[in-house]
Amino acid sequence: MSFAFTPFRVRERAAIATWVLAGVFAVVGATFFRAQILSNEDYRRKSDNNRLRKLNLASPRGIIFDRNGKAIAENASGFTVKLFAASEDSLRAVVRRITALVPSGDELESQVVKRFEAAQYQPALVYSNASFETVAVLEEHRYLLPGLVIRTEPRRYYRAGKAVGHLVGYVTEVSASELERKRFTGAKPGSLVGKDGLEAKYDSVVRGLEGESFIEVDARGRLVRDGSQQPALKPVPGERIKTTIDLDLQTYIDSMWTAERPGVSGAMVAMTPDGQVLALYSAPSFDPNEFITGVSSARYAELTTGAAKPLFNRAVSGSFPPGSPFKLVTAAIALKRGLVDFSSRMPQACTGGFRFGNRVFHCWKKTGHGSLDLTGAIAHSCDVYFYQLGLRIGLTNLLSDATALGMASPTGLDLASERTSSFPPSTAYYDRTYGKRGWTQATILNLSIGQGENAQTLINITRFYAALAGDGTIPTPYIVSKPNLPTRSLGLTKEQLAGLQNALWKVVESGTAAASGGRDLRVAGKTGTAQNPHGDDHGWFIAFAPADNPKVVVGSIMEFAKHGTAVAPYVVRAIRRYLQTIDPALAKAPVRVLIEEDSATTDTEIPSDTIIKPRRRR
Amino acid sequence: MKSALDRRLLVVVLALCLYGLAMVYSAGQTDVPSHAERAWIRQIGWMVVATLAGAAAFRMSFRLLEWAAPYLYGFGLCLLLLTLMIGTGAGTAASSKSWLAIGGVRIGQPVEMAKLGTILLLARYLSALRQPPATLWDLVIPGVITGVPVLLVMAQPDLGSAIVFVGILFSMLFWVGVKPSLLLLLASPVISLLLAADTRWWGAWILLLTVLLLIWRTYVSEGVFIWIVNSAMGVLAIMLWNRLKLYQQQRLISFLRPEADAARSGYQIIQSKVAIGSGGWFGNGWLHGPQKRLSFLPEQPTDFIFSVVGEEMGFLGVLVALGLFFSLFVIMVRIARRATESFSSLVVFGIIGLLFAHVFENVGMTISLMPITGIPLPFFSYGGSFVLACGIAMGLVFRVASDSRMSGYLDA
Repeated sequence: MSFAFTPFRVRERAAIATWVLAGVFAVVGATFFRAQILSNEDYRRKSDNNRLRKLNLASPRGIIFDRNGKAIAENASGFTVKLFAASEDSLRAVVRRITALVPSGDELESQVVKRFEAAQYQPALVYSNASFETVAVLEEHRYLLPGLVIRTEPRRYYRAGKAVGHLVGYVTEVSASELERKRFTGAKPGSLVGKDGLEAKYDSVVRGLEGESFIEVDARGRLVRDGSQQPALKPVPGERIKTTIDLDLQTYIDSMWTAERPGVSGAMVAMTPDGQVLALYSAPSFDPNEFITGVSSARYAELTTGAAKPLFNRAVSGSFPPGSPFKLVTAAIALKRGLVDFSSRMPQACTGGFRFGNRVFHCWKKTGHGSLDLTGAIAHSCDVYFYQLGLRIGLTNLLSDATALGMASPTGLDLASERTSSFPPSTAYYDRTYGKRGWTQATILNLSIGQGENAQTLINITRFYAALAGDGTIPTPYIVSKPNLPTRSLGLTKEQLAGLQNALWKVVESGTAAASGGRDLRVAGKTGTAQNPHGDDHGWFIAFAPADNPKVVVGSIMEFAKHGTAVAPYVVRAIRRYLQTIDPALAKAPVRVLIEEDSATTDTEIPSDTIIKPRRRR
Repeated sequence: MKSALDRRLLVVVLALCLYGLAMVYSAGQTDVPSHAERAWIRQIGWMVVATLAGAAAFRMSFRLLEWAAPYLYGFGLCLLLLTLMIGTGAGTAASSKSWLAIGGVRIGQPVEMAKLGTILLLARYLSALRQPPATLWDLVIPGVITGVPVLLVMAQPDLGSAIVFVGILFSMLFWVGVKPSLLLLLASPVISLLLAADTRWWGAWILLLTVLLLIWRTYVSEGVFIWIVNSAMGVLAIMLWNRLKLYQQQRLISFLRPEADAARSGYQIIQSKVAIGSGGWFGNGWLHGPQKRLSFLPEQPTDFIFSVVGEEMGFLGVLVALGLFFSLFVIMVRIARRATESFSSLVVFGIIGLLFAHVFENVGMTISLMPITGIPLPFFSYGGSFVLACGIAMGLVFRVASDSRMSGYLDA
């Protein structure tokens, strides 16, 4: 035994060793205490974040009903196929396996990757509406497809398909930029939101609140447990909304248009005189169900920028020169100002043209109408009469009065993407556009017959006629709820209004009483032709019926129809269809529509050298 | 041989083995396919083998052991050399060469045997000294005995085992009675190496060292040597750092700041701390740790088994494990103290150094007290070589305890 190992020295060192050990173990124990007890909550949360992935549960959108309780937009349950992945590479690998099993478009992989990048911790959507066969094939090969999540989710279904496309709009996944702009409150990556039409306008009402559930994943992001059966947050279904739409009329218009005017672009709007929209149709239409499964970018381009632009809503977003239908605006202003009554004649009888300054402004009827009173001028749509009526009103008055009648405002219809009709609000517009000396008072000639700087949407012109058909108040058209907007009024007396209705009835020259046991279906309306510098003129027809007690106003425009008479039969049939429900006997009554062929007057150019000789001669 | 086995040691060792086996079983129970699912069965097999080896060691004559020490040591070095030439990697150190394989079958990590060989040879050398080493020059031979295997394992590279060898050397030098001041001087180059990262700290350390050298009145040659080596370390540190393998650098960096590279090199330590931290007082329950079940934990049956303990058994479970280890060491210190002669006493204390280095390094890394090095936790980690080495080591300890009891050693 060496000197170092005397019992005393050994005991001393053993004591030191024990104390050192105790000290080290105390430090280690304290470190664990700090982590496990003091920071426990923090680490527990990290542990949960590690393994739990939040999954959004779609809420069923509120059903959209028509006025008779028929569903325009409802919910069916569909299979959604989604993928969880730890990385883009593994995602691509699984998507490729899926496309090998289920034939899909070339774009699928890049679409899925895009969705994955937008929301890394959410499962990426692969198919939003998979067929039963697809689901069966995928389930069979589940072992090959880690991270596969298949669930039934409510999805939008539009029974009427393309008949209601522009009316309801459609539903798609919210885009990254919309999320950034917070366009849709409460929307999360992957949420379905309404685009266009009622789905967009009432998105916050019908969307509801998405639920949340948690699913457990392993270190590689593979799905281990699905907790969506007991969601942490139950989805709240959207509210249902009732509309003023008559789905029967809406589908009737669509089938009529598709069957008899295929390939013709245009729009038709039907409303009650107090502004309840009964139908709103734009051709060509699109099937909103198509968006549920997701449209390819090529298809989307075809829908938005293709020649026919099916996504373009011609009823509310398309504006056209109004032409003859605008003569009623001129007439209403003149009556309100007390400048004329229905028997008033203009100083110059129609001889097929009107000399103003050093130019001649033509009437559409080359042979002339002769001398007409106001009723006759409306009935025959005499341009010469309205030139003189316009001059009598004066440009400043015409601009301000027509603007007051809503010719330069949106109607306020509760539908996305309404375009404001354009009409110069005052002469300042001309000063700005052409310079103070760049235009002349002759502008009023074109304006008073609905030409010149004037572009109106179908919905705006139709609501003006609704005012003529009703009690003289200009209604704000609505589909769901009456908007609280200040009402505009024509400012006409009952007699004046009746006179205008009478004149419009004369336009149509409805059928004789003989055929239907003493009852006619009297239709009142106005045809029109919208100048189209790019091809054939567009045809307008706006009508209401029955003429003595109007129940429905229908307006329509067909592009390249050349003339309003080509449009009239369809408008009358739509009217008849609607009246069926409220007065079946009347709907069966014959109506013979005889409309004069008032083709478009060529928009007379008014160069600035036009000399207005009779400056102040009446 | 009535009560030949130290009963307290037996209870503690059995408790540790059962606790460890339960955790190896749990580590294999995951929600995702795991290769470790049946590891616990193989672990039982290894424990049986280790028990048999321990029984053989228990029967071994310590005189024979003392005589054979150089040969065992030499055999261990040969195996280490062989490993360097034909070794393969595994686990957290998949790129290092620490496994000896024959025909593609990995048969073990020879470093565990080399550790025992080094303990025996150091014990033989130190026990033969008449006086405890008093100067640095007296420490040259033990330094070389330890330094050769250290260099060999560093070449694998296996930083963890190198630390264990150093731990063995220091604990045995302490036990033979080397003054703490001399141990500090011996350790000073390493301290210089670590502090070289920051010039101000390093400067302060050199200043302190100079003062200490003057106070302790060492031999001039000794003092100058220490001073030169320490200064050189400051310069060499950068070069040495550059010579470290990338993964070693990353491990050291992520030891200091795990969040620096959370997805890769910091991943293990972050996941380990999350698992432990989420355990709370009572843990998630045996078999029910979510991080473990979803295999977020790296190397759960082997290097990070203690993270499973923390997650599933909670702070109390950790305290029980640490308490058992502490009891083990206290009992072993007492056995070393009561040993009948210096060789066996030094062997026991060397084994304390070995096990303590493993426990501190392994447990410390799970909670980021120590950098991540892939060395196993005694009685817990799954794996043959180390279980076997522990079995032999404990057989020797039991033998020493038994001898002192037989010789009638009584001590309060």
